[in-house]
Amino acid sequence: MLFPQKPFPSPAPRVVITGAGIVTSLGLGWKPNAAAFRAGKTGFRPVTLFDVSQQRVKTAAVVDLAVNLPATQLTERQKQRLDRASKMLLLAALEAWQQSGWEARDHLPVVLGTTAGGMTIGEDYFRQAVNLPNHHKGQPTRVLHYQSQTQARMMLDALGSAGPITIISNACASGTNAIGEAWQMIRRGHADRVLTGGYDALNQMVFSGFDALQTLSPTSCRPFDAHRDGLALGEGAAVLTLETLESAQSRGAEILGEIIGYGASMDRHHLTQPHPEGDAAYQAMQLACTSAKVTAGDVDYLNAHGTGTPLNDQAEAKAINRWAGNHVGALPVSSTKAGIGHLLGAAGSAEAVVCVMCLREQWLPPELAFETPDPACAFRIVSKSEDASVKTALSNSFGFGGVNATLILRRWS
Amino acid sequence: MSRIFVCGLGSVSPAGWDVKSLRDALGKNAPLPVQPLMRPGWQKPLKMRPVPNPPVRPPFLSHPNMRRTSPITQYAAAAALEAVKKVRQGGGVHPRIGIIVCLQSGCVQFTSRFFEETLKSPATASPLLFPETVFAAPASHVAALLENTPLVCTLTGDPSAYSQGLALGIDWLQEGRVDACVVIGAEELNWLLADALWHFDHRAVISGGAGALCLGLNPEWSLGVDLELITDAHTYTTRTNRKLAAKKMRAKMPAQSRAEILCDGLNDSPRADAAESSAWAEWNGSRISPKLILGEGLMASAAWQCVAACDLIASGKFNAANVSLVGANQQAVGIRFNNGGRDISDLSLPTMAGSLAV
Repeated sequence: MLFPQKPFPSPAPRVVITGAGIVTSLGLGWKPNAAAFRAGKTGFRPVTLFDVSQQRVKTAAVVDLAVNLPATQLTERQKQRLDRASKMLLLAALEAWQQSGWEARDHLPVVLGTTAGGMTIGEDYFRQAVNLPNHHKGQPTRVLHYQSQTQARMMLDALGSAGPITIISNACASGTNAIGEAWQMIRRGHADRVLTGGYDALNQMVFSGFDALQTLSPTSCRPFDAHRDGLALGEGAAVLTLETLESAQSRGAEILGEIIGYGASMDRHHLTQPHPEGDAAYQAMQLACTSAKVTAGDVDYLNAHGTGTPLNDQAEAKAINRWAGNHVGALPVSSTKAGIGHLLGAAGSAEAVVCVMCLREQWLPPELAFETPDPACAFRIVSKSEDASVKTALSNSFGFGGVNATLILRRWS
Repeated sequence: MSRIFVCGLGSVSPAGWDVKSLRDALGKNAPLPVQPLMRPGWQKPLKMRPVPNPPVRPPFLSHPNMRRTSPITQYAAAAALEAVKKVRQGGGVHPRIGIIVCLQSGCVQFTSRFFEETLKSPATASPLLFPETVFAAPASHVAALLENTPLVCTLTGDPSAYSQGLALGIDWLQEGRVDACVVIGAEELNWLLADALWHFDHRAVISGGAGALCLGLNPEWSLGVDLELITDAHTYTTRTNRKLAAKKMRAKMPAQSRAEILCDGLNDSPRADAAESSAWAEWNGSRISPKLILGEGLMASAAWQCVAACDLIASGKFNAANVSLVGANQQAVGIRFNNGGRDISDLSLPTMAGSLAV
């Protein structure tokens, strides 16, 4: 039953990560991504997926998907119907799945974040409906596969599993909200395991939308740099297998990290602009710290939302300064969007996986393009790859529409 | 677990801009008139039941955030404001209200317009349209109107996902993160969406609008309706088809008893209705099928089903109502509301609810 359910367990169970899969323009999987992040590489290249000849900006962090999908329980017909977003989601899910050692189940809750789902399929539908109005071949399939619940079902089919699917679409905070809600599901006692993450593929509509808003950087994405001039779009997917500590330990699973806190808040200032003082961002970080029972002084690394737009970074910097208080000067901060672009619905989940990498491997991802600190930043921007002792990491995501979300992760030792 | 009270209802539908118009339309038992919807490139129009213009301009439209919003946001806002009326009546500080907006197609009007502009000339595609294409836009605007809204979330899925919105709202309430939670199902129509539906049912009549339930723990806010249960989400898989999932859902709902009504999602579409009809084949009690009257409103339809069910209980006509949400391509979920144990002395059931039985 979704309701009524058993009373929430007290104390709430600890929630650990036993699998993490990631697909970005830096590579398919943990290893290539970790190596590239550590080296401060970027994954931007000219966009050839659709026509950008009339766009102001012509590059993005495009994923190289020239790879055969591994064998799964999908039929050949199902595989043929996978769009770009579904393939990235599936690749990330398979990596997390294999790492976790999970076996197929009939009740495996899935919580995913996405902003666009199968938008490229929707674009194909639109083009055919307008250009060939009496040609219906393929259109019913596009109607079904455009929808994110179908993409999630295909992922479950590939894993030979089934379960309730929740799709969160809180714009750029979707991936963080998905992980946060999955974490809450386990802590509430609704499930002992949840597969969670986020995904989004580049598509013409969203690219054109950000370009029309003139939020795309015509130079390079430099979050928190005084001369920053916009964001860079990317694409990708990241998936985590979350389970109770008891479940992981009982089967002897390797634990990659622990999620210890989550905070969500609402910025009602404007649909596309954050409150200039970053009030909701501050509140999300505070709530996450309260739930994690940590203070700013306990946080060793902050993965910022850091889009590279003047307004976002200004508001986030103020929020971080306020939240970190006396500790702000020593706090290392970076935005991995400088390397992989803004993954929109996948951003929060990919950045959570980056935090898990930092916690596991004890390094901090740099922003190599960063040159001149914005005076608003009282914290230290990580501009060169460095080894570090990271026990606790915080990841911020803020969305169009005002949903703000923060995760706090801890090293497992 | 605490009791979950239904504290308010809201509706915008082809019947009008409030719950009363929905109630009246369903009570009359007659499908609302169908209008033609021109489909570019076709001589023959598609069919729709649009939301009529409001009799007077709703005051909330003068809020600065509501400028340039698409119809779906306006429907969601109107339904939400109607649903939270009771919980905001006390004056003084407004209670903390969580907002959950559930969508299937979402902001299709501005999305279609913006993409059309992009294909013509991306350099001149309107930056004013794009932000309103985002799934999260309606929730953002509703939050701006309601003000004290600490938690906001947008869920997408087929119409059965409305049940997950209710379940999430219950979690927020039980954790004390909000005092009340308004769960909105909303959609807007355009020719592209009608075209998509046409591929599955040539007789389909598309509609738009929104429905909203406000949930709370405070009995003083209750309309006299409890949310009794939400079944598991029975997801469609390669092993569990839609028909089997619907049957599993039905098996988790209580057996039929007196003074109950079934509020289903049947739509006079034999192929689409088959799974749900089969699951409820044994039901011989009162039944109401809002889509037959209002058209296919996707997530809005799921919300209308819940609103109609609660309204019938609140008005004292039924002890309990079962809502059947057999989604198109995700899952089947059942929801049950009751009157919290109030005695209904007059069990002569209204004929309107039964005469639409399929």
